[in-house]
Amino acid sequence: MAEYKEILLTSDEIKTDDYLVNMGPQHPSTHGVLRLLVQLEGEKVLNVQPHIGYIHSGIEKMTESLSYIQIPHLTDRMDYLAAHMNNEAVSLCVEKGLQVEVPERAKYIRTIFDELQRIASHQLWWCAFGMDMGALTTFFYGLRDREDILDIFEETCGARLTLNYSVPGGVMFDIHPNFQRDVKAFIKKFRKKLPEYERLLTGNVIFQERTKGVGILTKEEAIAYGVTGPSARASGFSCDIRKKQPYSAYPYIKFNEIMGTDGDTFTRYHLRILEMFESMNIIEQLIDNIPEGDYAVKMKGVTKLPEGEYYQRVETGRGEFGVYIISDGKKNPYRMKFRSPGFSNLFAINNIAKGWKIADLVAIMGTFDLVIPDIDR
Amino acid sequence: MAFNIYDFTPLTKSIHDALAASLNPTATLAIEWLIVGVAYLLFVALFGLFLVYAERKVCAAFQQRLGPMRVGPWGLLQTIADFIKLLMKELITPKRADVFLYNLAPFIVIIASFMAISVVPFAPGLAAFDFDIGVFFVTAVSSISVIGVLLAGWSSNNKYSLIGAMRSGAQIVSYELSVGLALITMIIFAGTMQISGIIEGQRDLWFIFRGHVPAVIAFIVFIIAGTAETNRGPFDLAEAESELTAGFHTEYSGIKFAFFFLAEYINMFIVAAMATVVFLGGWMPLHFGQFEAFNGVMDFIPGLVWFFLKVFAVIFLMMWFKWTFPRLRVDHILNLEWKYLLPINLMNIILMTLVVLFGLHF
Amino acid sequence: MTNDSLIQSISSLLPEAQIKMGFEYVETFIPRENLHTFMLQLKNNPEMYFDYLFCLTGADFEDHLQVIYHLESTTHQHILVVKVKTADRVNPEIDSVTDIWPTAEPHENEVFDLLGIRFRNHPEPRRLFLDETWGYPLRKDFKDDIHVVSR
Repeated sequence: MAEYKEILLTSDEIKTDDYLVNMGPQHPSTHGVLRLLVQLEGEKVLNVQPHIGYIHSGIEKMTESLSYIQIPHLTDRMDYLAAHMNNEAVSLCVEKGLQVEVPERAKYIRTIFDELQRIASHQLWWCAFGMDMGALTTFFYGLRDREDILDIFEETCGARLTLNYSVPGGVMFDIHPNFQRDVKAFIKKFRKKLPEYERLLTGNVIFQERTKGVGILTKEEAIAYGVTGPSARASGFSCDIRKKQPYSAYPYIKFNEIMGTDGDTFTRYHLRILEMFESMNIIEQLIDNIPEGDYAVKMKGVTKLPEGEYYQRVETGRGEFGVYIISDGKKNPYRMKFRSPGFSNLFAINNIAKGWKIADLVAIMGTFDLVIPDIDR
Repeated sequence: MAFNIYDFTPLTKSIHDALAASLNPTATLAIEWLIVGVAYLLFVALFGLFLVYAERKVCAAFQQRLGPMRVGPWGLLQTIADFIKLLMKELITPKRADVFLYNLAPFIVIIASFMAISVVPFAPGLAAFDFDIGVFFVTAVSSISVIGVLLAGWSSNNKYSLIGAMRSGAQIVSYELSVGLALITMIIFAGTMQISGIIEGQRDLWFIFRGHVPAVIAFIVFIIAGTAETNRGPFDLAEAESELTAGFHTEYSGIKFAFFFLAEYINMFIVAAMATVVFLGGWMPLHFGQFEAFNGVMDFIPGLVWFFLKVFAVIFLMMWFKWTFPRLRVDHILNLEWKYLLPINLMNIILMTLVVLFGLHF
Repeated sequence: MTNDSLIQSISSLLPEAQIKMGFEYVETFIPRENLHTFMLQLKNNPEMYFDYLFCLTGADFEDHLQVIYHLESTTHQHILVVKVKTADRVNPEIDSVTDIWPTAEPHENEVFDLLGIRFRNHPEPRRLFLDETWGYPLRKDFKDDIHVVSR
């Protein structure tokens, strides 16, 4: 009879293997081509390593051979949900260098478009986030109302997504005659709809269980990792560029900077919904007071920025978008760098997601609102 | 042949007599089995098709759109087109999958569903089997499908499938307890496990009204646990599209995927049918004890129609859950079962026992 | 702190720094060897307290490579631009500041990927956007006849 030994296993002797799972590049919830190499132990996440570059188009190198008037049209493609804000950032930086003053009408128009774009971006975020959580109906509700904003964009700019509207000197065309009427009708309608959306998800017990206390980002971590935008404001890091270094028509209006304290997924989610309300307040302050006048300043055909370095920061739906131009006096920039918010936000996820489960990783990534072309440029 | 829409017993009896008169008993039995088998196959196929179409229309209604409209009038032929497409797909087997288990898994799942359907009473006299342990049989047999799910996940040679199958296995095994205990509560009330006996006992008033508080609690628990059993609705993390592509049936294509897909809808039907039988009276129309006129009016509608109406109401409820709520995480699901539903169930059984002992029901 | 007092503090901290007033922000050139200690002092000094690194760029000037850091203080609300240059184009190396500001980790990888500047003591150096078959595209002398069409 073979003898048997009684084997007593203590918990540090049982070695279960960690395994690596690829989320992406094609994956329904990474919202773009992003590959996450996730090291898992059962359901628990040990390490998340992002691999990017699937949609790298070398935009920064391209700008070195384009003129300053051509570059804003290229920036639409980077963060397509904040296309107008990207255009505006480049335009503002060039105007700063040339010391050109944009007419008041153009400033007001740019800010109204900014805020409409912010609402549209947050709507798309909301519907995709709900879908990731499993409430598939939210996808349709969010997109349905976003169509109104996209129709407004199409009337004035001719395009729904890649707006191509702000240029150095002002905006490309004047607003459509129906613009003010349509925007006011949209705000009236959306003010009633947004509480409906909140009721669907915010108060739901299942949703709260999955998001409250999950993926906490502390204020020190947010500053250290360079996280900006609603994700950082939820942790208490006051980083709204519209308040700190106001541009365009922001100095003329009053609005609140929405802040949170907990830094968990639920706060990040709720903050974006409140931001949508705040954007509507901003638009209401501006829409009736658009001053008459030119919509753009006549710029020379060939613009040359004086030698030096210029930096312009703009607040997009994701965080701080920065344009840094190093100019040597010629008609093309010597070096142009786009500081994208998604790039810093993405690499902070590893720190937050350690120890949580795969489902939480999806929730955390949803609240960071990543747009991959913004990261890859 | 006496065809009475209200009671199918004369019809089945006359078929049996006709066969027994001309053939020996074994052949009669064999042919009857054949007839019943073919009838059930047709029913499962057609009802599955119909449920898929209904789901798409209901889902579209919640999402404020129309759903399938182009294939056939009002999109009625959409599911048929989908199934023809599935049948024509190439059956891809992953490279190092365990071929025997990989092919066996969908069959196990569909066989479990078939076996459970065999005791469902569609109308008086229209149930294939009527054991004295009918309800117990259904719970026992629907547990077989968990083997199919685990085999599918393991044999696919895919990490995502394995995670999905493990999650699903844990979930189904836990919620079977709740389903069983909720049914036991009503069996205590009914006093019998035989399905026809349970339905007879609801002639005066359906059990959900007769056994007021404990029956309503048991109904709620049963619906929650039943939705979890079928991997549907807020408990569908086994096939959570946004996290794991398709969970345990990621690697299946063509007819095998159709089996999993069909089995999910048939399981939903079985849960709804059990809820109807045990709580809502099966094919028994709504009677209110002594109000003869009211009972007469209710009796005018045949039992078959009553049954399907009740089943559709429960199925609509389950579809409503799926399209409204976000998904639960796996530890929340297990928490819900072991920390909340199970103690509630046990308390409820005690409560129901007291109600029955002291006659505190209608 | 105003720009003037900033200029004062930096020159007292590191006399070798070349400071000038740029278009908007104070810009200062630091010798390569003093980079890490200087950055650490910038972060820890309570008067200056630069705790937010919001942009890390690399640039190729014909004879040297530069790395440019944009720093901000969340408490004092002042901004500083720190630049470091290296004339070595074959094997450029600069100290990493990842231990001071964790956000530098992916940004330094991006600079390495596109310009070829290596960072000492970087926890996980890897190419982010491109793979090993590419050179360093942001350099001015980058020639790629297969992927790039030039006039």
